[in-house]
Amino acid sequence: MTDTAARTAPAEIQAQAQTQAQTQTRADAPQKSRGIQTPEVVGGTQPAPAPRLEALQAPQDGCTAAARRDAMQRLVAAGLPKPRDEYWRYTDPKLLNADTPAPLAIGDEEPQMFGSLDRLRLVFVDGVFDPAASDAPDADGVRIETLQAADAQPGHWIAQSYGALEAAGQKPVVRPFAALNTAVATNGLAIHVSARVARPVHIIHRRRDEAADVVLHHVIRLDAGAELTLIETGMAGARENTVIEADLAPGARLHHIAAIRAAGTRIGARHIFACVDEDAAFKSFTLSLNGTLMRHESVIDIAGDDSVAHVAGAVLGDGAQGPFHHDDTVFVTHGAERCESRQVFKKVLKNGAVGVFQGKILVKPGAQKTDGYQISQALLLDDDSQFLAKPELEIYADDVRCSHGSTTGAIDPVALYYLRSRGVPKDRAIVMLVLSFLAEALAEVEDDDLRAEIGDRLELWLNRHATADSHRAGSA
Amino acid sequence: MAALDATELEVREGVDRETVETVANMGSYKYGWDTEIEMEYAPRGINEDIVRLISEKNGEPEWMTDWRLAAFRRWEGMTEPRWAMLNYPHIDYQDQFYYARPKSMAVKPKSLDEVDPKLLATYAKLGIPLKEQAILAGVEGADASPIQAPGDERRVAVDAVFDSVSVGTTFKDELAKAGVIFCSISEAIRNHPELVKKYLGSVVPPSDNFFATLNSAVFSDGSFVYIPPGVRCPMELSTYFRINAENTGQFERTLIIADKGSYVSYLEGCTAPKRDTAQLHAAVVEIVVLEDAEVKYSTVQNWFPGDEDGKGGIYNFVTKRADCREARAKVMWTQVETGSAITWKYPSCILRGEESQGEFYSIAIANNLQQADTGTKMVHLGKNTRSRIVSKGISAGRAQNTYRGLVSMHPRATNSRNYTQCDSLLIGDKCGAHTVPYIEVKNTSSRVEHEATTSKVDDDQLFYCRARGMDEEEAVALVVNGFCREVLQALPMEFAMEAQSLVAISLEGSVG
Repeated sequence: MTDTAARTAPAEIQAQAQTQAQTQTRADAPQKSRGIQTPEVVGGTQPAPAPRLEALQAPQDGCTAAARRDAMQRLVAAGLPKPRDEYWRYTDPKLLNADTPAPLAIGDEEPQMFGSLDRLRLVFVDGVFDPAASDAPDADGVRIETLQAADAQPGHWIAQSYGALEAAGQKPVVRPFAALNTAVATNGLAIHVSARVARPVHIIHRRRDEAADVVLHHVIRLDAGAELTLIETGMAGARENTVIEADLAPGARLHHIAAIRAAGTRIGARHIFACVDEDAAFKSFTLSLNGTLMRHESVIDIAGDDSVAHVAGAVLGDGAQGPFHHDDTVFVTHGAERCESRQVFKKVLKNGAVGVFQGKILVKPGAQKTDGYQISQALLLDDDSQFLAKPELEIYADDVRCSHGSTTGAIDPVALYYLRSRGVPKDRAIVMLVLSFLAEALAEVEDDDLRAEIGDRLELWLNRHATADSHRAGSA
Repeated sequence: MAALDATELEVREGVDRETVETVANMGSYKYGWDTEIEMEYAPRGINEDIVRLISEKNGEPEWMTDWRLAAFRRWEGMTEPRWAMLNYPHIDYQDQFYYARPKSMAVKPKSLDEVDPKLLATYAKLGIPLKEQAILAGVEGADASPIQAPGDERRVAVDAVFDSVSVGTTFKDELAKAGVIFCSISEAIRNHPELVKKYLGSVVPPSDNFFATLNSAVFSDGSFVYIPPGVRCPMELSTYFRINAENTGQFERTLIIADKGSYVSYLEGCTAPKRDTAQLHAAVVEIVVLEDAEVKYSTVQNWFPGDEDGKGGIYNFVTKRADCREARAKVMWTQVETGSAITWKYPSCILRGEESQGEFYSIAIANNLQQADTGTKMVHLGKNTRSRIVSKGISAGRAQNTYRGLVSMHPRATNSRNYTQCDSLLIGDKCGAHTVPYIEVKNTSSRVEHEATTSKVDDDQLFYCRARGMDEEEAVALVVNGFCREVLQALPMEFAMEAQSLVAISLEGSVG
């Protein structure tokens, strides 16, 4: 594919951006008082570019070249995240910063989800589109192209869209992995939705190469009144860096459902950038199972009046199969009137699993009648697990209703006793209680069939892990 | 509003007396006058010589001088934290005076009778007569309190700190009879070095943070309290801080030690004159609570907040921390933050002892161009520890108000409990209210709950009040008082009265 396309190392850009970064550091550095005789180290906090950045190759031709150059500058200016960065307070970015991921054995294929559903299947193998395994990517009201194909057409609409929301989402907090993705991604989809699309588009990931380091960038554009359901399932590579940019015109609706299953030492960084215009609705639900290190960032810009944005996540983590660390970071900006946002995150953690939630609602001046809601809850099934949360509100308008809640605790012994006294075995009772705990997040999936299938998958996972625990307890 | 005639209000039926007084009292900052008194300054700026000079002025032993110098050397290598949601101009630490005392205090008066009458008058004007009589500390209008039955007099011992020195401490002898030590910290360093050596810096180490380290180097005075085992302090203790001199930072250090089974309630009040230039205040409060002891620490912070355009005001960078070192220790922080241009303050509880308890009640009000970044830290280390946080933030004008808090349950803090509630109220559409909680749970038997809401003054409630004849500002003051009630109730009675009227004063001019 375009691997053979002309590429040059972005040395010049790096040098240029480095100077810029230094100037910035100088301006931002805490000012020292005059009388104190400590030598001032200008730009001292800026490390030399990590080897990972040195090795990056951005495609030079194609209609997205300018966007990629900008992204490279952003990346070099920001640098890769450091463990001391406030935005990475609870998640060590080391594995994401590494040059290459550790190879990850290819396990058995999970049974295909949503198999009974009438949908348009698009298969990616190790992050590369496989047309032979996919359905023909055309349907009424939607035009789907690969990123490469779109890139090769001068004047294609993605020239304007590619990296635009990602760039906007770099303020006020930098998201280096998203910039990295924009700079170098060659795989992904350009989806243009012009009407209501009946069949969901289903992206299916498959693995062949144990060491695949997948970088995917999807750009979705929904015209006024258009509607799409986008589903993602499967595992993309030993390490994944995915960016989705979704631009919703007035009245558009995008329903995004991802079931991210991971196994073994899998690591990944995902970013969803959405811009929601007037009367439009963006809804995203992500189910995450296992994985060594997963960081999911959702950056939602509510730009048009009367619009709606929901972001939800259900996370099940079992540290018995290796380290588990899952980080959901959400940043919702309200910039318009009478809008509604909801963040619902539920995490079930056991055997030393770590769950992180960083959520923020920013209400800009003038975004009156905003209704912002945020809930993050964790169910810790044992003493080794941890939940770390930073649910933030930043509000500059007075006629708003914003609330957030965060709770952490164990299974309610009274509820457990109630079920057991009615003859439900303990393992089963716990599964029932966990499912009811997750229900609020799952309710964010609008489609009944999809929701039912995700519920089944959850139950399967819980039963399997409950049994695994009993076995371990038995053999101990 | 100021044009409203108080007598006219008085006749109005259906408005309770409290509201009438509140409204009548509404005015600008009441403590903005200054006392003309001859002062003695250390040279401007900070260096090792200044640190030595402060130590010498306080007549400190060598170990204390060394302690200060070590802190100063460390401070030189530190950078000012800028993570808070505060926006203020660069502070030139060399442009401050670090030590100022009234000339008349050069020779320490032996008793209150020898204190310069000008100083006594200053405190009298603030409502704090430094006479040993039944007095209510720092409370204006408290004598009008209907609940205060005659004969049921409450006594409060006061330590008055004027710029860099303690002017005097009342009821010393009577407290000494109970074994309670209540004096200025400089006296404690001279007279009780064993206690100071053991506890000073044990809760807030000199290396803790930029401002605490600066304080460790240059603190000039402050209060020292020691309650011996099993003693219930016979009266409330109070420190009243007054910044008077211009361009002078106040760096006071308070150390409270509640030995096993003891109890003390401690009140802190503060004011400063109106000045065009910002003034620095960097205090450290350390509280050590031993087995079964209980400390209540209440603050009404009423530093000059700057004028309507944000000119002047106190920059308040305070480190307050309580260490519940042993089992069943209990500490309760209550704060009403109405003043200061900049507030950077996070009173914390280290819940080390099993079954120890920490509570934090806070009202933070920011009006005009004030900025407050305040909250608490509850660090649960021991089993069965409990904490409760109730924070009410009110923003008006163009102010920014941030709650920033940490609740941390360590793996060994099993069966612990935290409840956090932080509510923000916005008055006007140019202000901001922010909530930045950090929640870290590392064991499963503990329960942590956090709730936060942000809203504006409810239109229905306003309408109800106005339909009953209140004007808009009165109505807002009433609704806001209701919003704060949970915290006001946690304050000692006299403080609650003052706090209530402060809430109204601080919001003056924020409606319409």
